[in-house]
Amino acid sequence: MQELEYPFDSEYILKKSKKIRRQLLEEGTGFLHKKIAVLGGSTTHDIIRVLEVFLLNQGIQPQFYESEYAQYWQDVMFDNPELEAFSPDLIFIHTSNRNITAYPGMAAGEAQIEDMLAEQYEHFRIMWDRIAQKYHCPVIQNNFEYPFYRMLGNRDAVDEHGRIRFINRLNELFYGYAREHQDFYINDINYMASAYGLDRWADPLYWHMYKYALCMQAIPEFAYNVANIIKAVFGKNKKALVLDLDNTLWGGVVGDDGVENLEIGQETSMGQVYSEFQNYIKALKDIGVMLNVDSKNEYDNAIAGLNHPDGSLRPDDFIIIKANWEPKSRNIVEIANELNIMPDSLVFVDDNPAEREIIKRQVSGVSVPEIGTPEQYIRVLDHSGFFEVVSLSEDDRKRNEMYKANIQRQRQQQNFGDYREYLLSLGMQGTIRAFEPMYMARIAQLSNKSNQFNLTTRRYTQSDIEGFAADEAYITRYGKLEDKFGDNGVVSVVIGRKGTMAETDAYRKGGAAQGRVPAEECDVLHLELWLMSCRVLKRDMEYAMMDSIVQACRECGIGTIMGYYYPTAKNAMVREFYGLMGFARVYEDEKGNSAWQFTIPDDYVCKNTVIAVNDIG
Amino acid sequence: MTREEVFVKLNEVFQDVFDDESITVTETTTADDIEEWDSLEHINLLAAVEQEFGMKFNMGQVVSMKNVGEMADIIMSQIG
Repeated sequence: MQELEYPFDSEYILKKSKKIRRQLLEEGTGFLHKKIAVLGGSTTHDIIRVLEVFLLNQGIQPQFYESEYAQYWQDVMFDNPELEAFSPDLIFIHTSNRNITAYPGMAAGEAQIEDMLAEQYEHFRIMWDRIAQKYHCPVIQNNFEYPFYRMLGNRDAVDEHGRIRFINRLNELFYGYAREHQDFYINDINYMASAYGLDRWADPLYWHMYKYALCMQAIPEFAYNVANIIKAVFGKNKKALVLDLDNTLWGGVVGDDGVENLEIGQETSMGQVYSEFQNYIKALKDIGVMLNVDSKNEYDNAIAGLNHPDGSLRPDDFIIIKANWEPKSRNIVEIANELNIMPDSLVFVDDNPAEREIIKRQVSGVSVPEIGTPEQYIRVLDHSGFFEVVSLSEDDRKRNEMYKANIQRQRQQQNFGDYREYLLSLGMQGTIRAFEPMYMARIAQLSNKSNQFNLTTRRYTQSDIEGFAADEAYITRYGKLEDKFGDNGVVSVVIGRKGTMAETDAYRKGGAAQGRVPAEECDVLHLELWLMSCRVLKRDMEYAMMDSIVQACRECGIGTIMGYYYPTAKNAMVREFYGLMGFARVYEDEKGNSAWQFTIPDDYVCKNTVIAVNDIG
Repeated sequence: MTREEVFVKLNEVFQDVFDDESITVTETTTADDIEEWDSLEHINLLAAVEQEFGMKFNMGQVVSMKNVGEMADIIMSQIG
């Protein structure tokens, strides 16, 4: 909904949130349902009200648990049947500098200040540890914003007795915890407050009248920031930029003005603005955002513009460059198809409002920010939070290269008559093993963002994934695939639970077996998850995974594998997947949920013949 | 702005905030008369009124305001 896209009208959202909520619920379908516990150190009522509409707009339908006023710590630290029964998917701890219980007095000695700092930090740390141990879910924790006055003036940031200094040190301890713990995220309200204006943000009226830690008018921006972290945690980040060229990446029209007359570089102020923007875009590539071009231009002119000596972007930085006279809406759909991602993973950036309008109308799901004037491009893109980084994996940094290698593979494929011969020519090397610590983050990420090649679309947090890996009742496999063009990283995940045939009923309609079956009675493996990244479609990786699972089953005396397919709006491509794998359909209901059985034959022949798999085990 | 015009605008704000087009406010309307108007919604209501009329309530006014009529008094005194 346009009213909820950055830059938005906060007053409007505050006033109309109830109507907006109603509309989103009426119009939306296929929401991801998430239970979110908001544990506050101040009033949270309106924060939850506004957070809800931003999450709905991101396709997440939240159910909230709200702590009693300022009970954030007690709610976690003491037995809390209500919160336990709620079983949160995520806990958001909304604290502020109003929750700091002691600051150094002017007479405090060095040791005393250290103790004080440790005491404030420990109060939070034991709570976080307890959450990790008891609730096993991601945590979002506010850092502390600066106070609205400075007792020592400018020295407040310097002197050990200053509150600014104390808060900076406390925040640094919070960041240390965040660096060392997966699934723990900082909501940077210190940055938010400074971007908003601290005097307005910290208006004491709202604290003394209503016990709000920030002014009412700042709540939408605050909630938007939290919603961005939540959507990123649950795998709903955008993946790619689709950029216009003329007057977007440089000033002027390359076809009319000629490359030498484009505004880019240090010569003019406008040229500097475009240079800064190109540098920003190039840096986005390094955090894993895939860059593409959709421009009305002759192809050669587009390339010439991108080779401008004063620009930092080069044709090589882009995965797909569509520079032609086709409608941009058609080009963008082709870009999505060639990258094998959904249009709702794309962000379209174009200075021309008419082109933006066409994309909004013709290609649903694509984000189309109102980008403003050139000097505003960076702020709008940045504050929109499309690519909120919750973790920076090696895969993210290499994503552009991987997708480019894929395009090269597609080109090479055209030179081979026989598909198997082509696959063999790729020199593929697979690694398929039980989950290992270094890949837990990537495995959780895949479970949250794979939609198309995903048989059951179950979403897991990293804590869940670690739980399966440690549990004897589960067989887990991740698959990694390399070839001569590059390393695709971890691309496939399978999770199976050992049990009995009687448990099949629990799985047929989307559930899962509960309770424990003694190991010696287990003779069936229920596949709770099977997914694969679409970047390795048709590479026979699924066969290699199957071989590995069969071998794992044999090793523990399991003779039957049960697979399940639950249809969603996006996973029709795998409806018959288990059939192709040699399973027999034993159940199907009117909604399309199906169950499939595979009895492992004594003379099982490995299905994969093109990937050299090492390290099975 | 006349008192009548202030009430027309106030009425729109109340309808928006409580998402209820059947609301009509008068001089003597209080929180007891509107089901959803509790202390938490009060904050949002005041923020919306401030935005509509381009003015700010100070703490003393918020604390002492008894009904919509008094709210209108404060608004009229501030927008001149």
